[in-house]
Amino acid sequence: MKALAIDSSNYVMGVAVIEEGKVLGELITNLKKNHSVRLMPAIEEIMEEVSVKPSELDRIVVANGPGSYTGVRIGVSIAKTLAWSLGIPLVGVSSLEVLAQNGKYFQGGIVPFFDARRGQVYTGLYKKEKNGLATYKKDQIIMIEEWVEELKQTEMEYLFISNDLELHKEVIVDILGDQALFASVTDHNARPAELAFLGLNREPDTSVHAFTPNYIRLAEAEAKWLASQKK
Amino acid sequence: MSDKHDEIILAIETSCDETAVAVVKNGREVLSNVVASQIESHKRFGGVVPEIASRHHVEQMTLILEEALKEASITMDEVDAIAVTEGPGLVGALLVGVNTAKALAFAHQKPLVGVHHIAGHIYANQLIKELEYPLLALVVSGGHTELVLMEAEGEYQVIGETRDDAAGEAYDKVARTLKLPYPGGPHIDKLAQEGSPTIDLPRAWLEPGSYDFSFSGLKSAVINTVHNAAQRGETIEPEDLAASFQASVIDVLVEKTVRAAKEHNVKQVVLAGGVAANKGLRKELEERFKDLSADLLIPPLQLCTDNAAMIGAAGSIAYRKGKRSDLKLNANPGLILQ
Ligand SMILES: [Zn+2]
Repeated sequence: MKALAIDSSNYVMGVAVIEEGKVLGELITNLKKNHSVRLMPAIEEIMEEVSVKPSELDRIVVANGPGSYTGVRIGVSIAKTLAWSLGIPLVGVSSLEVLAQNGKYFQGGIVPFFDARRGQVYTGLYKKEKNGLATYKKDQIIMIEEWVEELKQTEMEYLFISNDLELHKEVIVDILGDQALFASVTDHNARPAELAFLGLNREPDTSVHAFTPNYIRLAEAEAKWLASQKK
Repeated sequence: MSDKHDEIILAIETSCDETAVAVVKNGREVLSNVVASQIESHKRFGGVVPEIASRHHVEQMTLILEEALKEASITMDEVDAIAVTEGPGLVGALLVGVNTAKALAFAHQKPLVGVHHIAGHIYANQLIKELEYPLLALVVSGGHTELVLMEAEGEYQVIGETRDDAAGEAYDKVARTLKLPYPGGPHIDKLAQEGSPTIDLPRAWLEPGSYDFSFSGLKSAVINTVHNAAQRGETIEPEDLAASFQASVIDVLVEKTVRAAKEHNVKQVVLAGGVAANKGLRKELEERFKDLSADLLIPPLQLCTDNAAMIGAAGSIAYRKGKRSDLKLNANPGLILQ
């Protein structure tokens, strides 16, 4: 069983090829550069490097958001097309859940997040259980203060994982004090190999055609339109 | 059986609000041409919302691909090359098509060819009749008003373009002034058939000899006419206003096209782009070209509006000329036709 994992949902771009019990290779960058130009060449490069042909793949796994709308769409467009045209299953995994894996040996609450501008973050709460991490609080978009206040409700220690840590660290420390711990700089890039194994152990989506990104948010125009309909 | 292998192009177009895939044989024969329009979704907003267009493209893309291949009874193995619109257009929308095409090219090890959207509109005509050069194309759509001279196959020279609004844009704005539903172009065309061009509106000829266009003055004149009439408590028949506006647009378009056709001694004049569906424009062009030596080509309606068969037709030319794109191909919203 060989799987290709693709993550272009945020500035971190990652691709990995795995087979059962083994990571054949992964490629990760953390750059503010165009995923549309770089993602397919990265896929080609890693596949060539590990000598796996597209036709030898058994599964495609993609980080399906949240994150940059455009970034998520590039990854999902490529993943859907590969899965459909190769006739293999597609599995989508939360981009936050992938990042949370970097704290998988931590005993408290694991809090991955991506900055979502204007004081907001995309985030969720994950905890270690017998068979890996479990979702304690679903992925959402929320004001950082509100989120940290919510976490403060328990005495637990929290591990924050994010390349956007510096933007929000002050607020987190202010509210949580010693309850807040921070992952080290080498742990902030989501790892595509983690994504691949999450996807390998999960039921594939029943329909590749119906697969959609999880943007978490409606498009602005759509949200406004819905609000106007309710009046 | 012919000893020559048929060339099969799979084409993808997502530059605006249509998710389209087509299979084209030998650059001329449409084996399938599937278009999923999002217009019903965008009507709510009175225009195309880029983020929503991009989201729809992701939802539709593989479905439309499957449908196009099925309808053409073609498998990916039989495809010789994949053509895709790389620009111009909405960047987020283009990205879906471009990355889909790249993934397909990689998965099946097929050559990839990036195509200019306007080249597609021009080559839609090749699906009807063999094009002959030199040729002049009048390209009119929501985003474009251009006169393109082609001395040879696949060689484009823009000899005139709009300095402000595209003709289609002016149509949409005037339609809004007349409170017509989106998209406005077809509604104005229809209204115009019922009225007469009795209102005096300007025609922007620009400096002598210029093939450029300008529609913003005309658009303002229409808005002022409506505004002034309302202030004086007079009523203007919308049919007459539509007819007058349309007459002004068509006058300039047709006159400059005729002049360019004569000057460059072209064999064919082809109409291209969504506004090519306009009845008034078709009629006037047919009228004027009756007595001219150049042959006038106007594609059928379903090939005027955005579709992927036209990208397949233009892609076939580029493919045969040896053009290849690699996996770094990007969406280019400001791509220049050359
Ligand atoms: Zn077009």
